Amino acid sequence: MTWDIEKIQDWKWTEHPPGGVIKAPGNSRQFKTGGWRAFRPVRDENKCSQCLVCYVFCPDSAIITKDDKVVEIDYRFCKGCGICAQECPRDAIEMRDETGD
Amino acid sequence: MNSLVKTAALVGTDAVAEAMRQINPDVVAAYPITPQTAIVETFSQMVADGQVKTHMIAVESEHSAMSATIGAASSGVRAMTCTSSQGLAYMWELLYVASGLRLPIVMPNVNRSLSAPINIHCDHGDSMGARDSGWIQLFSENAQEAYDNTIQALRIAEHPDVKLPVMVLLDGFIISHSIDRLDLQDDTSIQNFIGVRKPAFSVLDAKSPTSVGTFDSLYGYFFEFKRQQEEGMANAIKVIQEVGKEYGELSGRPYGLFETVGMDDAEYAIIATGSAAGTIRTEVEKLRSKGIPVGMIKLRSFRPFPAAQLANLLSGLKAVAVFDRSSTFAGNTGGPIFIELRSSLYEMEKKPQIINFVYGLGGRDLSIELITKAADELLEIKQNGFAQPYVNYLGLRE
Repeated sequence: MTWDIEKIQDWKWTEHPPGGVIKAPGNSRQFKTGGWRAFRPVRDENKCSQCLVCYVFCPDSAIITKDDKVVEIDYRFCKGCGICAQECPRDAIEMRDETGD
Repeated sequence: MNSLVKTAALVGTDAVAEAMRQINPDVVAAYPITPQTAIVETFSQMVADGQVKTHMIAVESEHSAMSATIGAASSGVRAMTCTSSQGLAYMWELLYVASGLRLPIVMPNVNRSLSAPINIHCDHGDSMGARDSGWIQLFSENAQEAYDNTIQALRIAEHPDVKLPVMVLLDGFIISHSIDRLDLQDDTSIQNFIGVRKPAFSVLDAKSPTSVGTFDSLYGYFFEFKRQQEEGMANAIKVIQEVGKEYGELSGRPYGLFETVGMDDAEYAIIATGSAAGTIRTEVEKLRSKGIPVGMIKLRSFRPFPAAQLANLLSGLKAVAVFDRSSTFAGNTGGPIFIELRSSLYEMEKKPQIINFVYGLGGRDLSIELITKAADELLEIKQNGFAQPYVNYLGLRE
């Protein structure tokens, strides 16, 4: 079953599945958690050794790799938890305040 | 056409257990509590004797009883439990989960007062406390109705327009532990009546995976889901009547939202629920024989509350007395039935005077003498003035 929740914020009360039961599994990709973020991880490519520890630890699969190398952080899903910055053995990830301060 | 009938003499708890045997639920999870214990005791024996195929879970608390019942019902099977008083209170947070997940769980609750002081006898304070939990609540007058309600509850709960859990209420000891004569339908006709549950989902269906009990999250659709529950409850008004009519065709005992006695030409009415209705009916018939135009309404469905139906029936009457076996502790503003009925009458042009009798807390006996006293006060209300006070404590030592 596919479930289009793109306009879920406009759904009327009659349109939701009774009891909040979700019959379309694997829909977390449709749930953009990036808006929760207060601190943004920024990777310094010069410091990064491509060990992929950040990729392993990221709870939101927001570290995007290509050919076994980190290419970017997916800010649509990154909640800014800071685990990647904490675990990075090279201190190559800095958490920057989203407000710019 | 009536199905085959067996007349039996049973205590109320055994009448409910017999209904459960005929329903043959897939899962029953329960914990003992007076005066409910006897239901599950008898039913456990039925399980042990192989009379049902039920998977019986002896849990360690009512909190777990309702949790296990919710889990089982989420898999699409028929799941039941039973409780009373403190046990109902202990399952409180799960009551809201059952209704919020729209699970058609049926739970007989043997009405008993809530502590303190500790008291094992009947009042309606336990289930009335759960009146906003989203459960349908059906009261029973006697063992026959407790049996009939348990069977009908399944159909009401599982109706696609309703999808809500149902509490079947019977008065502690007065119904639960008194031997009553009742008619039991045969197993086959009950099985045909209840049919097979057609669940909207199953958490155990690997071919169609489902998420149940998810976090409403930051988007926030909680309000929408609660509005849906309200609609399910409103739909139950029609479904309760339809199921009650169909059950009447099967058994010769039709059911509605409430039962009326002598209301056609009544100028005065008494409204009550549970076992008290039997005693009040005697008083009403006595008054009728003296030519006094008084009628009785026995409320069966408290949730949903048949507000419009009651208001239409009571509009134009001179005075109405409401009997409540619990109080709201709002400061002498009356019991829950009184408050809701009074509110229902607000829109009516011809409102009757209305007086409340809170009675029977902690099992205080409701004698015929007390009902006569209340009826006298009802008949004394003049067209243009309220009885003062309008909330009375009947049978209180004062």
